[in-house]
Amino acid sequence: MKILAFAEQRNNKFKKSSFEVVRTARTIADQTDGEVIALVIGDQVQTIASELGGYGAQRVLAVQQPKLEKYSSTAYSKIIAEVLKKEQGSVVLLSATAMGKDCAPRVAVKLDAGMGSDCIVLKVEGENIIATRPVYGGKALADIKINSAVKVFTLRPNVFPAGISSGTAVRVEVVDIPLIDSDFTSLAVETIQASGKLDVAEADIIVSGGRGLKAAENFKMIEDLAGAIGGAVGASRAVVDAGWRPHSEQVGQTGKTVSPSLYVAVAISGAIQHLAGMSSSKYIVAINKDKDAPIFQTADYGIIADAFEIVPALTQEIKKLLGK
Amino acid sequence: MKLAVCINHVPDTAAKITIAADGKNIDKTGITFVLNPYDEIAVEECLRLKEKNSGEVIAISLGGDAHKETLRKALAMGVDKAVLLKDDSPRDSFSVSRALADYLKEISPDAIFFGKQSVDSDDAAVGTMVAEMLGLPSVSVAVRLEIANGTAIAEREIEGGKEKVQATLPAVITAQKGLNEPRYPSLKGIMAAKSKPIEEKVPAATQPKIEVIALRKPPSKSAGKIVGTDSSAVSELVRLLHEEAKVI
Repeated sequence: MKILAFAEQRNNKFKKSSFEVVRTARTIADQTDGEVIALVIGDQVQTIASELGGYGAQRVLAVQQPKLEKYSSTAYSKIIAEVLKKEQGSVVLLSATAMGKDCAPRVAVKLDAGMGSDCIVLKVEGENIIATRPVYGGKALADIKINSAVKVFTLRPNVFPAGISSGTAVRVEVVDIPLIDSDFTSLAVETIQASGKLDVAEADIIVSGGRGLKAAENFKMIEDLAGAIGGAVGASRAVVDAGWRPHSEQVGQTGKTVSPSLYVAVAISGAIQHLAGMSSSKYIVAINKDKDAPIFQTADYGIIADAFEIVPALTQEIKKLLGK
Repeated sequence: MKLAVCINHVPDTAAKITIAADGKNIDKTGITFVLNPYDEIAVEECLRLKEKNSGEVIAISLGGDAHKETLRKALAMGVDKAVLLKDDSPRDSFSVSRALADYLKEISPDAIFFGKQSVDSDDAAVGTMVAEMLGLPSVSVAVRLEIANGTAIAEREIEGGKEKVQATLPAVITAQKGLNEPRYPSLKGIMAAKSKPIEEKVPAATQPKIEVIALRKPPSKSAGKIVGTDSSAVSELVRLLHEEAKVI
């Protein structure tokens, strides 16, 4: 299979998930005697693009111009579709990031292709790929097959291994895709970054707090623990609905579905819609004073005690371990 | 302004999901279906825009007769007109989008709203696919929206921040939690909705491009180890995370 891997960049930096996409394309190509073409879109991205060789791209293409510095769903999707047609590829892989999720549906329509979104497994089966994707907020998994000639998949970040770069640099081919003003009808005009905060959807460690914390100000101890452990702060729906935390931190069916290496649930009882969003985490720690809280049914390690007693002690202990 | 909002009828997020005997669908027995939570936000946004700029709000749902319940909820909230694209054959995001796009093309609204995703298939694709099919700009996952002088300026959620996106109308907007707080239908609204007509149309059949081979429950985790019941357990927990799980 000839696979086009879209490697997303922002501010001329790749996300880890971009490497995951290229590496996954490599894995599929290896099983199908295929080829991996990585594509980078932006302004002056040629210099960073060669890095993708280290993750298994045989060819790296850059489409660049000043107007592409900021994301445009209309322009980016046109470029991806045009490049795929030109290269006669059969699979497009993107990451299921904010950009990938926004862009992929347009790419699929342009290529008359079926789309599997937010996949957590891609398995080569003969001439096709079977994708596994969580549905109903993670309460079920669907194995799907795409029956169109071209197939588009978005991959959930943090699930597929990126591996380590082999250091192989590939010569970057700068490709010209002619664009006109009407290709930029949706255009990002400004990026408002929260002050370097780690996003729960991208974090490898998440410390989440629930209603048992009693008040918004008590999230300070969650922030402290997250800070010590190098993780992101998450929240249950109850505390988001109460206005204690922003919705961007909500984990669960109407928030973000996450699969970090470590998920620490503090004073979260474990409502079904919360469990759906985090039960695929590799390790789950639950701290709750209610021994019957459903969260203990999915936790690998539990402490049945008051969070106000445990969390500060845990923060200290972790700081000690990590020499902070 | 002519505003359209596409809504879906989905299992309540509190519902326990079990797999049907065919191994490809969910067992709907005993499940409460509701207006998709994100679509509720989309409906609310339309109502607010209408209140500000006048105009009409048309709610559209693709599905079987059961979807009328969700259309009635939208009517109760205050939409002016409800349309059921009656078809309960299996569809994927592509074929759902095709049916919606065909109808939307007929009514050509100034802005089209969706929830950012349906909490059943969680594809998060239909809104943007419809935009592409109609050749319209779009903003997905909007948490803030201003419409003025034929332009939509929206903020969408991205990793660790937000992105301000500009789109010329007509455009497609998909709503994320935080955009507004949906109203509860008033008793008067609920009563009135009962007698309002729901227009029915039959969309063209479209072959889905996605085939579900199997639907299954995720591997269930067995309850793990209770490390302790007071702060003396903390050092053991850290040891386990460091040495056994190797995650810190």
